[in-house]
Amino acid sequence: MAEDTKEDTQQQQKQGERSVPRPQFTDAEAGALTFPSSESRSFNYFEPAKMRATTYEDVTVDVQPDPSRHLTQGWIYGFAKGPGGYPAEWTELKSSDWHVFLDPNEEWERTIYRNNANVVRQIQYNLDNAKSEKAFDRWNGAWVTFVERHVGAWMHIEHGLGMHAFVRAQRDAPTNMINNAISVNGMHKLRFAQDLVLYNLELDDQIEEFDGKAHQEIWDSGSEWQPVREVVENITAIPDWAKVVFVANVIFEPLVGELFRSGLVMQLAAPHGDFVTPTIMGAGEADYDRDLKYTRELYSMLTGDETHADHNKATLNEWLGEWTPRVLDAARQLQPLWSQSEAKTVRFEDSLEQARARFAGILDDLGLETPQEVK
Amino acid sequence: MGRQSLKKSHEKIQELSWDPQYATPADKYTTDYTFEKAPKKDPLKQVLRSYFPMEEEKDDRVYGAMDGAIRGNMFRQVQERWMEWQKLFLSIIPFPEISAARAMPLAIGAVPNPEIHNGLAVQMIDEVRHSTIQMNLKRLYMNHYIDPAGFDLTEKGFSNCYAGTIGRQFGEAFITGDALTAANIYLTIVAETAFTNTLFVAMPSEAAANGDYLLPTVFHSVQSDESRHISNGYSILLMALANEDNRQLLERDLRYAWWNNHAVVDAAIGTFIEYGTKDRRKDRPSYAEMWRRWIYDDYYRSYLAPLEKYGLVIPHDLVEEAWNRIWNKGYVHEVAQFFATGWPANYWRIDGMTDEDFEWFEHKYPGWYDKYGKWWENYNRLRHPNGHGPIAFEDVDYQYPHRCWSCMVPCLIREDTVMDEVDGQVRTYCSETCHWTDAVAFRPTYQGRETPSMGRLTGKREWETLYHNEDLADIMTDLGYVRDDGKTLVPQPHLDLDDPKKLWTLDDVRGYPFPSPNVLLNEMSPDEREAHMEEYRRGGPGGRPAKETADA
Repeated sequence: MAEDTKEDTQQQQKQGERSVPRPQFTDAEAGALTFPSSESRSFNYFEPAKMRATTYEDVTVDVQPDPSRHLTQGWIYGFAKGPGGYPAEWTELKSSDWHVFLDPNEEWERTIYRNNANVVRQIQYNLDNAKSEKAFDRWNGAWVTFVERHVGAWMHIEHGLGMHAFVRAQRDAPTNMINNAISVNGMHKLRFAQDLVLYNLELDDQIEEFDGKAHQEIWDSGSEWQPVREVVENITAIPDWAKVVFVANVIFEPLVGELFRSGLVMQLAAPHGDFVTPTIMGAGEADYDRDLKYTRELYSMLTGDETHADHNKATLNEWLGEWTPRVLDAARQLQPLWSQSEAKTVRFEDSLEQARARFAGILDDLGLETPQEVK
Repeated sequence: MGRQSLKKSHEKIQELSWDPQYATPADKYTTDYTFEKAPKKDPLKQVLRSYFPMEEEKDDRVYGAMDGAIRGNMFRQVQERWMEWQKLFLSIIPFPEISAARAMPLAIGAVPNPEIHNGLAVQMIDEVRHSTIQMNLKRLYMNHYIDPAGFDLTEKGFSNCYAGTIGRQFGEAFITGDALTAANIYLTIVAETAFTNTLFVAMPSEAAANGDYLLPTVFHSVQSDESRHISNGYSILLMALANEDNRQLLERDLRYAWWNNHAVVDAAIGTFIEYGTKDRRKDRPSYAEMWRRWIYDDYYRSYLAPLEKYGLVIPHDLVEEAWNRIWNKGYVHEVAQFFATGWPANYWRIDGMTDEDFEWFEHKYPGWYDKYGKWWENYNRLRHPNGHGPIAFEDVDYQYPHRCWSCMVPCLIREDTVMDEVDGQVRTYCSETCHWTDAVAFRPTYQGRETPSMGRLTGKREWETLYHNEDLADIMTDLGYVRDDGKTLVPQPHLDLDDPKKLWTLDDVRGYPFPSPNVLLNEMSPDEREAHMEEYRRGGPGGRPAKETADA
């Protein structure tokens, strides 16, 4: 130890100074020396989609390893009756390379929190504004009943699909890019469900005749909702992750989700003097738009696969044949809701037609056949 | 959101769940545990309306600090010795994080409690956050630290290096096998509640002492989410304890999870903290001292032991033995020595120990020099290529170790090594408990009880098997641990980048066949094997071959 350092230490000890680490000049910054790989400043184990990898690619690609890529020792834990890890066989669909899929929303930590924090803040601003404007005083009794019962029932669907369809499916897909997209989808659903239930709580506080518990009875036994509930519960029972996402986002969402949120609630609210509910429903629609983007990308990749396109199209068409009639039937059972409004601004058939056109458009984009029921 | 409002909101969101009437969620991830419905509460009252803005704010702080670190030229002060070990650590840790996200459905499916489901779903997206925030930190290191080699191949290195595979247990174990064993006991009750203390608190503190304040910024932000995860796990554990039938499985799983976490995490983090630091103040706590505080006192005595009164059988013996391995058997030092022995199969550089380091180790671990000092002097002597081979192939009184089939850390405490024929293969284990893990715990029956959901140990668990007797130069080429001039190795047994002659190339490691100890063991006759193992057990410490062999 150098003499002056010893003296320093003795001096510190006399003064009772704390022992703390001492910064040292190390000159360990980029560019300080030139040597082999001194400029190798990009992740080199994957090919980015464009010239330079995006932040999303850098923080997502290959974080979930794959024996078909770099994983040499294989999965080191297995299930009792099958391999561990993320077997490609956990879906009937096949891909020449699952890793080609990149989420067009490029969801990673920062986008997830910015997007969802913005949504909950906007909803809170809208509610605060509505309360200060006493906007709920303008609602009539029929509309109050409609919102407490049917908007209330809808939140169960969002929650159920979020918790038991999407959160579960994000365990299973063969790449990190797919699983992350599905997990964000799951959080959208769960957040939107909570947006709705906390809206319900607010209305319960603000409107004297609003029954904050009515949603439970209508969800448990309301005849209009039971077929939808049956469909939702059966979606959660599908073990194949790709089938869950396909049935929920490609079939159920346009035919029931958008039908109810945009085709009914957002049409009826304004004539009833309600400018708040559409802004909350709009958050759910924006979520679905975002989730549909990755869904289109994923299933387009599969229907366009150089080796497995025919197999995938046949499988997806089979799933469409199995689920479209069930979902469409559930949608039709919602028809009485269109009659419960005093303002006849939109007919059920018109809303359904719009939903069918949207559904057919998505299928067309994916190169799939539109089932007979919706033609 | 105010406290009263949060309570009311949290009560309200419980109305979202429902009991299925038409179909139940797919039961894909099974458990042998039995749960009754119970009104277990989420004491932290997690509501997404407050959660998302809170996390956004935490992110803003982290990214503000990152900008500040770059503008303030933090890398002029970081210690290369420290940063090099981050090439290993940060290649491993994003996978356990994302695996924790993937583990949540296992727990949700197994535990019939919607209030806990809500907390678990929030944990899922937390873990996505942790994974990407850590990947982004590594990207920043790659861009701004003097030597990006090793960061640039990070996820490939994680996937094909023996060290990455050891770390991969701390991830795959969360998502595979019995849903409760994996997603609750291993992940939450042991990994998160006990070992994130050393991972995310002790290690960042050491990073700061080595000039790196970004690791603490990121990992303390991560750790601030862990209390919610710990709460999720604790609620599930109490529900499991409510059913007597679960207690046998809880005892099994706590023994397995505790021991495996100790074997893996203490090996890695102990090495990073003790051998990756330049801070040799005598009053700086050693890893053993930190372990005693964070793991023994805070976890074992304050958290785990009080659960005994609820019927949980605590593995007191294994907690004491883990401490015994760290304090008396030199576990961390043996592991660090092994990592350094294996430098030419790594993707980071390992600095040798200096006189100042020797003095510190001797002060903290009396007797250290006699066990390890000579070897580290040899390491320094052989650090530059000069016609000799890498240290693993030179005569430095070190016997290359067998690997533990269960925890995959080598059998470094030689006298504890167990050999057994399991599933038709002769395997070695670092300890009795690791032998029990493979031969007894991970089986379809346990103590006469059917355990059909329990997982299996699979894969090519001894890394050396993949390259048995192949030339080291070919192995390094295959692994891809070669720099962009096509010949210089990514790993080096020193930090000297100033002179190309000091850097090892493929040519310097050509001509060294790398045998697999397990393959050789299985090729022996039973008598040869017994004799070999008897001698192996007499070896050590510091990897020394048994005395008689050395004298022969």
